[in-house]
Amino acid sequence: MIWRIEVAIVPLFNDPAGHAALEDLADAGVEGLKDCRLVRVYTVEGPLEQEEAQRVGRELLSDSVTERFSLNEPVDTGLPGGSFVVEVAKKAGVMDPVEASTLKGIDDMGIGADAVTTSRKYVFTGSVDEVQFRRHAARVLANEVIEECSFRERDIAGRAPAPPYTFQKITVDLAEADDKTLSAISQDRGLSLNLTEMKTIQAYYRDLGRSPTDVELETLAQTWSEHCVHKTFRGLVEYDGRTIDNLLKSTIARVTSELDRPWCLSVFEDNSGVIAFDDDMAVCFKVETHNHPSAIEPYGGAETGIGGVIRDPLGTGLGAMPVANTDVFCFAPPDMADEDVPEGALHPKRVLKGVVAGVRDYGNRMGIPTVNGAIVFDERFVGNPLVYCGNVGLIPRDKVSKAARPGDIIVAVGGRTGRDGIHGATLSSAELATGSDEVWSGAVQIGNPITEKKMTDVLLIARDRSLYTAITDCGAGGFSSAVGEMGQHTGAAVHLERAPLKYEGLAPGEIWCSEAQERMVLAVPPENLDELIGLFASEDVEATAIGTFTADKRLTLYYDGNEVASLDMDFLHNGVPQLKRRAVWEAPVLREPRLDGAEDYTEDLVAILSDPTVASKEWVIRQYDHEVQGGSVIKPLVGALNDGPSDAAVIQPVRPSEKALVISCGINPRYSDIDPYHMAANAIDEALRQVLAVGGSLEQTAILDNFCWGNTDKPDRLGALVRAAQACYDVAVVYGTPFISGKDSLNNEFQTDGRTIVIPGTLLISAISVMQDARLALTMDLKQEGNLLYLLGSTRDELGASMFYRIHGELGANVPVVIPAEGKKLFDALSTATADRLVRSCHDLSDGGLAVALAEMAFAGGLGLDVDISEVGAAEGLADHVVLFSESPSRFVVEVEPGLAGTFEKAMAGVPCARIGRVTIGTDFIVRKAARQVISTDWPRLKKAWQAPLSF
Amino acid sequence: MPSARVRVLVLRAAGTNCDFETAYGFEKAGASVDRVHVNRLADGSVSLLDYQVLAVPGGFTYGDDISAGKVLANEMRYRIGQQVLEFVEGDRLIIGICNGCQVLVKMGLLPGRGAAEGRVTLAANDSNRFEDRWVYLKVASTKSPFLRSQDIIYLPVAHGEGKFVTDSDTTLAALEQSGQIILKYTDENGQPAAYPANPSGSVGDIAGISSASGRVFGLMPHPERNIEPYHHPRWTRQEPESGADGMRFFMNAVEYFS
Repeated sequence: MIWRIEVAIVPLFNDPAGHAALEDLADAGVEGLKDCRLVRVYTVEGPLEQEEAQRVGRELLSDSVTERFSLNEPVDTGLPGGSFVVEVAKKAGVMDPVEASTLKGIDDMGIGADAVTTSRKYVFTGSVDEVQFRRHAARVLANEVIEECSFRERDIAGRAPAPPYTFQKITVDLAEADDKTLSAISQDRGLSLNLTEMKTIQAYYRDLGRSPTDVELETLAQTWSEHCVHKTFRGLVEYDGRTIDNLLKSTIARVTSELDRPWCLSVFEDNSGVIAFDDDMAVCFKVETHNHPSAIEPYGGAETGIGGVIRDPLGTGLGAMPVANTDVFCFAPPDMADEDVPEGALHPKRVLKGVVAGVRDYGNRMGIPTVNGAIVFDERFVGNPLVYCGNVGLIPRDKVSKAARPGDIIVAVGGRTGRDGIHGATLSSAELATGSDEVWSGAVQIGNPITEKKMTDVLLIARDRSLYTAITDCGAGGFSSAVGEMGQHTGAAVHLERAPLKYEGLAPGEIWCSEAQERMVLAVPPENLDELIGLFASEDVEATAIGTFTADKRLTLYYDGNEVASLDMDFLHNGVPQLKRRAVWEAPVLREPRLDGAEDYTEDLVAILSDPTVASKEWVIRQYDHEVQGGSVIKPLVGALNDGPSDAAVIQPVRPSEKALVISCGINPRYSDIDPYHMAANAIDEALRQVLAVGGSLEQTAILDNFCWGNTDKPDRLGALVRAAQACYDVAVVYGTPFISGKDSLNNEFQTDGRTIVIPGTLLISAISVMQDARLALTMDLKQEGNLLYLLGSTRDELGASMFYRIHGELGANVPVVIPAEGKKLFDALSTATADRLVRSCHDLSDGGLAVALAEMAFAGGLGLDVDISEVGAAEGLADHVVLFSESPSRFVVEVEPGLAGTFEKAMAGVPCARIGRVTIGTDFIVRKAARQVISTDWPRLKKAWQAPLSF
Repeated sequence: MPSARVRVLVLRAAGTNCDFETAYGFEKAGASVDRVHVNRLADGSVSLLDYQVLAVPGGFTYGDDISAGKVLANEMRYRIGQQVLEFVEGDRLIIGICNGCQVLVKMGLLPGRGAAEGRVTLAANDSNRFEDRWVYLKVASTKSPFLRSQDIIYLPVAHGEGKFVTDSDTTLAALEQSGQIILKYTDENGQPAAYPANPSGSVGDIAGISSASGRVFGLMPHPERNIEPYHHPRWTRQEPESGADGMRFFMNAVEYFS
């Protein structure tokens, strides 16, 4: 039998989801709609009698107080006749988490059902232009990549079973192929391999005297993808008359090896970087990007971005418990005019809402606090939004290393394998273009956080019982990458038909490369296998033996006894030819605009505070659970009314303990327009000064790099990357902060209407720091009337690419320059002062410079201030607007009690430290140059300007 | 600390996620705590009746699919319903926090027998989204052993479906009358206030209710997130110490048995 059960909220009660649909459609320009109610539809298949279906509807699917249900007929929503419907359902093959939960519920009731599908039915009243309504409704109510929309109730039909797969061994004849054919093969099969790589593969198989199988080619393509091996960073680069062999090793990783910190326990080798926390525990940190999937399907892309990065610490060592998430996004401005959004790109507001919802739903359901992040807006992110997701994990120090041994069983745990996400690794290495959403929609992955959560729970129990010897996550490339990596030094044999599938019909290559989410691979000694599988089963998690690690250093794949791949591990992992590319960088010819001469800069300050990059992110932050796990010390929103912008997060992952972790980030793509070197240098400086601002120090601070760049096949893009990487070395080595992990996402270019939109070269630096005593933590909100305010650090004429120039439509030339030796001296002096409890509040200067920092401190603390800038930059004769808005790095404003002023000033001897004013009661916000007021307003006005833009 | 420590079972299921900190709160209060998966109660390897307190912690059990807490509520009813009923009938305590509260309401344990039985539920917030924010709460009734003094406390909420609704004003009045409305959202002075003070649009500003006996208690805010000196969002401002308001729930539960 098939039962269609409809559930609706009774008219007496609000229907917030129906209301939201109405608002979103109005937002999209649909006029004439009057009302909307949402109906949840469950189609249940199985041997249920009518009375049983009634019970399912009554007891499980509807709420007896607020809802009503109907069986095989439209439910009464209370809307009058003449209403019309839109029904949205998942496309065939798209995973629907609600299905499994509903089946479980029916099963718990002792009623059997075979399958459940769900859909959403929107019932509308009003009078609309039908053509316009249908066009918008399909886009607004459905996610067309994974859902389909119908404008009447769907037929009550069960899902047609997927056709079974019939084995067929496929080989690809390369031996005689010319260059053109090789390129065509790479293109047609979506391999994203370049001609040199195809020729290397061709030569290898010529020597073997056979043709590769389709599965072998797929495996090579995945393993050799930019996403997996970072060919650009490890390649040869001709730059400035010299050849750089391996940019990563010669810049970023070089910092780490030169500093050689004993507390760096595992760097650049495992799925995340690991540093010591205390005598027993270590912490892992990894940040990933999920840009291309998020451009196509923001919700699913962001969801699986966060889901994927959680599995990195989980797959580090023998597995780390996730304790914090971070999220940094770059979007086009949310108020971008529709006509400015290129064909094939989603509107930035929709991308923002979808991405935030995806991170929210996955992170919150995993029970991991989202503690830190940033959002940067720039028009050039319109086709290529950047979605960085980070995860911090906690791991016992004796579980940091791992090794699969020959004879260990390969066990797949967690979710089942489906067709979702095939070609993800190669997608992320390709450029997007108009039409990408159709070509690549198969690559969109769908997340199910509860599958990941229950897998995580039981994995950590298995880890503590030492039931396995190695673990890694199924990320890009799925089993192919996971097993290939774990068996690199041993060998592996896998029987693909043993992998549990979501549905029939997958070919061996699809099983092998599927990027279905929530899966991990374990190496399990045979004697532990039964206990391990039993343990997973006891918490309803599937664990399945799919093969064995061998000693033959080969990767052998079977399907029903047929060999479908046999690859030499050495060729697979080391056969990729080193890329050789040319890089150039030419400094753009720029000049400084003349903008000085104003008497009053109040309106400039208001305009900068209202820029979405600077504006409050409270609307986003509150949707994330930032306190789950009970370890929060400094929250993302701080101050008198819990709504000021915290500089960094502080958490206590281990209790009881005084030790804490500081987590922060630095990002400023605008500076790339002048010089990517200084963009990178400033990103590092910003991440570190935020650590300092919450009371941390450079001691035991590590950083992560995530580059998002354009197409590095083009010499200018690559030259910019080389410069940025050089800055990473120059700055981090002086600050003494090793890189422990990183990842790059290249090819962030969008082709449309014959033009290419290239993102500004963007480096995200994430910092993690061990704080010895949580009680030393500071916040940025002003605390007490009468306290003194100091500006620390040198202010220079550095308005290039600043927020001030941005609001005046200028770029300028004088990009802020980090002088790490000076910064280090200042940071060390400041951390000594904060450790001695001399500082009541501290805020770093970033976007918008001194004026913005002062404004944020005042309205976060609910206190006024009176500041005199006469002393700042007086020797250099800096103009007022430079002093107010310059974005010179390595600077802070600190608040000090008058009684401690002498001690504080002594502590800061030898570093630039100017007393600039004091905290006042009331709402006056006054910045003067001697007697003349250059900013004069009240902080509630500033706060309002800052809070309004991103409050949807 | 009592010599025979109070035994607390913190229930776990797929998607539970506040189990560690809830257990930590009870441990800090001196209890002996086990985190137990619902399957262990269903297969009989752990007996609920060996414990004095059952805590159903926060999280997103089964993804909050269908509606928040519904699938676990259904599972508990059908798979361990008998044990839970016996547990309730003894002189024992049950607390449901956030998702745990949703579970207790949806399985009918809250408000339980009485005029309001089956007439109270939790719906989507008026804002239609999940929100994490700190709220002031007034202890409106001391019927439940979890709260003994009528004052103002400060805790965070973090939920998307926390709006208490009743089928009618009569039911709301009956709950009020019977003292089963334990916690109400207020402003910092204990006065009724609209959003965001009442973060969900809950009717009667309800934040937590109990059974007629007071021994089964559910609340949407998270007491386990305010048990350390640094949990308070303004601890760096050195405002008058609120004293880690969440600890009292755990201490009172333990003291109930001493």
